[in-house]
Amino acid sequence: MTKLVEIRDLRVAFDGVPVLHGIDLDVAPGEALGLVGESGCGKSVTWLAALGLLPEKARVSGSVVLEHRTLSNAPRSELEQVRGGRIAMIFQDPSSALNPVIRVGRQICEALRLHRGLSGKPAQAEALRLMDMVGIPDPRRRFNLYPHEFSGGQCQRLMIAMALAGEPDLLIADEPTTALDATIQAQILDLLATLRRETGMATVFISHDLGAVAQVCERVCVMYAGRIVEAGPVAQLFEAPRHPYTRGLFDAIPRMDGPRTRLVPIDGTVPDPRALPAGCAFAPRCARAQAFCRTERPELLPQTDGRLLACAYPVPAAPAVPQRERVSQ
Amino acid sequence: MTPILEARELVRIYEAREGLFGKVTPVRAVDGVSLSVRPGETLGIVGESGSGKSTLGRMLLGVDPAQGGEVRFDGAPMPERRTPAWRALRARMQMVFQDPLSALDRRLTIADQIREPLDIHRIGTPEERADRVASLMGSVGLRPDQTGRYPHELSGGQRQRVVIARALATDPALLVCDEPVSALDVSIQAQVVNLLRDLQETTGLAMVFISHDLKVVRNLCDRVAVMYLGRIVEEGPAETLFARPQHPYTQALVSSVPVPGRALDSRIILQGEPPNPAARPSGCAFHPRCPMAEPMCRGAVPSLRATAPGRTSACHLVAGAAPATAA
Repeated sequence: MTKLVEIRDLRVAFDGVPVLHGIDLDVAPGEALGLVGESGCGKSVTWLAALGLLPEKARVSGSVVLEHRTLSNAPRSELEQVRGGRIAMIFQDPSSALNPVIRVGRQICEALRLHRGLSGKPAQAEALRLMDMVGIPDPRRRFNLYPHEFSGGQCQRLMIAMALAGEPDLLIADEPTTALDATIQAQILDLLATLRRETGMATVFISHDLGAVAQVCERVCVMYAGRIVEAGPVAQLFEAPRHPYTRGLFDAIPRMDGPRTRLVPIDGTVPDPRALPAGCAFAPRCARAQAFCRTERPELLPQTDGRLLACAYPVPAAPAVPQRERVSQ
Repeated sequence: MTPILEARELVRIYEAREGLFGKVTPVRAVDGVSLSVRPGETLGIVGESGSGKSTLGRMLLGVDPAQGGEVRFDGAPMPERRTPAWRALRARMQMVFQDPLSALDRRLTIADQIREPLDIHRIGTPEERADRVASLMGSVGLRPDQTGRYPHELSGGQRQRVVIARALATDPALLVCDEPVSALDVSIQAQVVNLLRDLQETTGLAMVFISHDLKVVRNLCDRVAVMYLGRIVEEGPAETLFARPQHPYTQALVSSVPVPGRALDSRIILQGEPPNPAARPSGCAFHPRCPMAEPMCRGAVPSLRATAPGRTSACHLVAGAAPATAA
């Protein structure tokens, strides 16, 4: 498999407190990868660290390679070419990522000037094309409006247009639909899937919403307390999750069909990064944990079915029973 | 059984200004909403931002004044806002908000905060209040050693438990929850949803549960009202409403919930923007986004009428008494 991005042993510490404990992650060209986990698990930090976007106080180690080009410890000028050019990122809150006092057309043109050296009429024409592509109705008339004159969903479309300005090979979407209404969320997910199909760019979709991830991704990594605990193709992971945490996440989500029974929460809370358990970080909340789990930390190892798993006593590889039947048993 | 809460034709009009010096336009945030909640029942209110669901929640408790209509609590009209009678009644109806951190005072220990409603409503002796706080903390799953903690020392889920314990301190008959689990992680969300479910079973509390999360609403609520631009467009029992939505808006809303294993392109993806309450379309407010709209939808406002036992729907295309072919 050719790799677009190769992350090896990426570690991050804030004020001496490690929050990311060695992430190995590859993104293939054109691939749609999902990163799932609860707040604080390190799913956003992974990519902020990879792109050198973390504040000074963060200590980052490990290597990030983008097609033979090492990004870790690269000089600022080189990183700035990559950011927005090769790898673009969109965030949860689009209205705070846009400059409120600059007209949206000019903001898109600025991205085109920085990443593609376009200016004047050609830049404007390209900006209009991008606005049209992300589904802003009547872009010509709305070119000179300010961000506050757009709704949340349209601001997210504008952010996506700006991200596309540099014709990136990889788009990192960090909770891009979390702040949006359900019907608008559906529109943006649909847009991201369409753009990927049309442009062939790879997408990393960071989200806590397993349902949304299932719909736009091919491969998923589940993270917990700064580590990847399970990774594999979407269908495999969603039909038969084997890490007790992955399984717990599925069981905790209320269903849209079937009986309205009590939910099955994961007991306890996410551990404080300053006081991580000695063994597996999930052991204190895990119903399957044994004495071993409390002292030894399981490695992320490839399984016979092709997935990666970091668990000493995983959920048994169940026979092919649809998930909803297993849950109700 | 007489409803604990009954609202008739509630109207709330805000004045919004277009731009800094623009003209003032009235915005009908809640536009003629009627509903009732029986003791021990949970009514879910779903809708997108701008649908008026949060405003409605505050109006049900009399926190936000109504320009029209009335709210009856336990068979009697709601007293005038900020009168002693209203304040006394507030002990019997409480509210839980989305963001527990901003709902808590960061300078008070959690035990002090849970005790505060007892102090305000002068319930019990100091010893009884301390006992009540301890039992409340137990019932929402907080440990006794956490009494002296401050809000910032707790996790998000624990803070929401404190808010719920405080709301339950006066033993209310009605709890209005506005997006109580939306800010919480999935695994913690399930803990709080279960907590609300258990509390209701043990205390017989009636609840109004306002949320945009259809999955949680389906799990927790007995009945559900769907709001669009200040009006209820469909109401019915949770299970059948989500299994067989009648109103085209409810159909789109249900279809927009991402479900693992269902392909993206099988979903109804609504065109257009979320509705702007300041520019309400003529006729049926949903018609500009409705895939099934017909000419009459532009002209006449559909009224909410019975379509099946226990179900109402406000759509010209949904036939009375039986689900329409359009559904």
